Amino acid sequence: MALSGWLMPALAAAAIAVIAVGLWLSFQAPPDYQQGHTVKIMFIHVPSAWLAMAIYLMIAVSSLGLLVFRHPLADVSAKAAAPLGAAFTLLALVTGSLWGKPMWGAYWVWDARLTSVLILFFLYLGLIALRSSIDDETLAGRLTAVLALVGIVILPIIKFSVDWWHTLHQPSTRFTATLDPVFRTPLLVMALGFTLMMIAMHMKAMRNEILRRRIKALTLRTVERAGQSAVVPGAAG
Amino acid sequence: MSAFLTILRRDLRLAFREGGALGTALGFNLVVVSMLPLSLGPDLNLLTRIAPGVLWVALLLSALLSLPRLFEADHEDGVLEVLATAPLPLEMTVVAKALAHWLSTGVPLTLLAPLLGLMLNMELSAYPALIATMLLGTPAISFIGAIGAALTLRSRRGGLLIALLVLPLYIPTLIFGISALDASSLADGNVSASTMILAAITLASTVLAPLAAAAALRMQVG
Repeated sequence: MALSGWLMPALAAAAIAVIAVGLWLSFQAPPDYQQGHTVKIMFIHVPSAWLAMAIYLMIAVSSLGLLVFRHPLADVSAKAAAPLGAAFTLLALVTGSLWGKPMWGAYWVWDARLTSVLILFFLYLGLIALRSSIDDETLAGRLTAVLALVGIVILPIIKFSVDWWHTLHQPSTRFTATLDPVFRTPLLVMALGFTLMMIAMHMKAMRNEILRRRIKALTLRTVERAGQSAVVPGAAG
Repeated sequence: MSAFLTILRRDLRLAFREGGALGTALGFNLVVVSMLPLSLGPDLNLLTRIAPGVLWVALLLSALLSLPRLFEADHEDGVLEVLATAPLPLEMTVVAKALAHWLSTGVPLTLLAPLLGLMLNMELSAYPALIATMLLGTPAISFIGAIGAALTLRSRRGGLLIALLVLPLYIPTLIFGISALDASSLADGNVSASTMILAAITLASTVLAPLAAAAALRMQVG
């Protein structure tokens, strides 16, 4: 908590700075010779999609940490990350569909990559729903961890969907080879900015969750003490 | 092994004698399939084309209905705690219960599918392939469903939540079930790649799903 207390604002400030530079670079980038200005959707779309998968991986690692090492912080991390992951997945889906309309002629295509990312979004919703539906918080955390580990099969499917099924979504860009530096630089800067933003938000959410649990524990202890002090005079009298 | 068979036989007997569960699933399947021609219009050519997809989706939804009961009754009367501490590993108990679910839900629904196919003007020549792919794919539905049933045992909105958790996990089974059907109706006699992947999904879920379901159950009864 002490470390994250000063690290979090620093990371947030760095994220704002890097995203500002990234946006400036994005607007400086020339329009693509085929796609025109719509190519710039990439600078939001690709980092969001990366983070959507990275956050799921982080949740899965946290879940493993919770189930194997029983570390309470792992549960806090998994819980805080799920809504973030859902948000970035939604962002990737929405920007992708806005990009798809001018390029493919439709907002949504039932392509392997799109469908598997949609499943990822459903998995995030499932994680959030399962956790909120169980009263016992410890049990909820551990059951959600089992679900997170089951759902990890989707990650390789997303990653390789563009190579296994040759449908509409273009295959993975090989950065050094095919992407021109005028697009590569803003993309990498934006990816760095998004990642910093994600880490800062995750840290903030974790701090909130820890504080919430402390308040809950304190309340329980106060109630317990009040109960004891109420019982003692009764027993004496 | 005898303990395994006893649980299997007990669950099957419960499923058939309890009544209701099987009838509800079959009736639900019938209603879902008959709603679609009403909403899409009675064009026979269109129905022939979409029949396999409709039958598969209706089968998935009907199989979902009986999933919440998989562990619920045993959890309520305490049998699950006995099973969890029994010498038979809980994983094998889950396998027995999922197998019983498949025999009492997946198989009857598959046998109903050709009849419903008639209502959708499906070609008679497609029937063997339809039944074969459904028999191949439905065990995965029961085994993956067991994970959902185990996870939602103590949740407040069990039934609806199972649908949200499990349907995304069913999507690969659905996709390969239908593409296996397309492929096998084209090249008869040959086993297509989709059929093999469908079999792989079933085998993998038979092995892996009981591990996850048993882990989830142990957290709740231990």
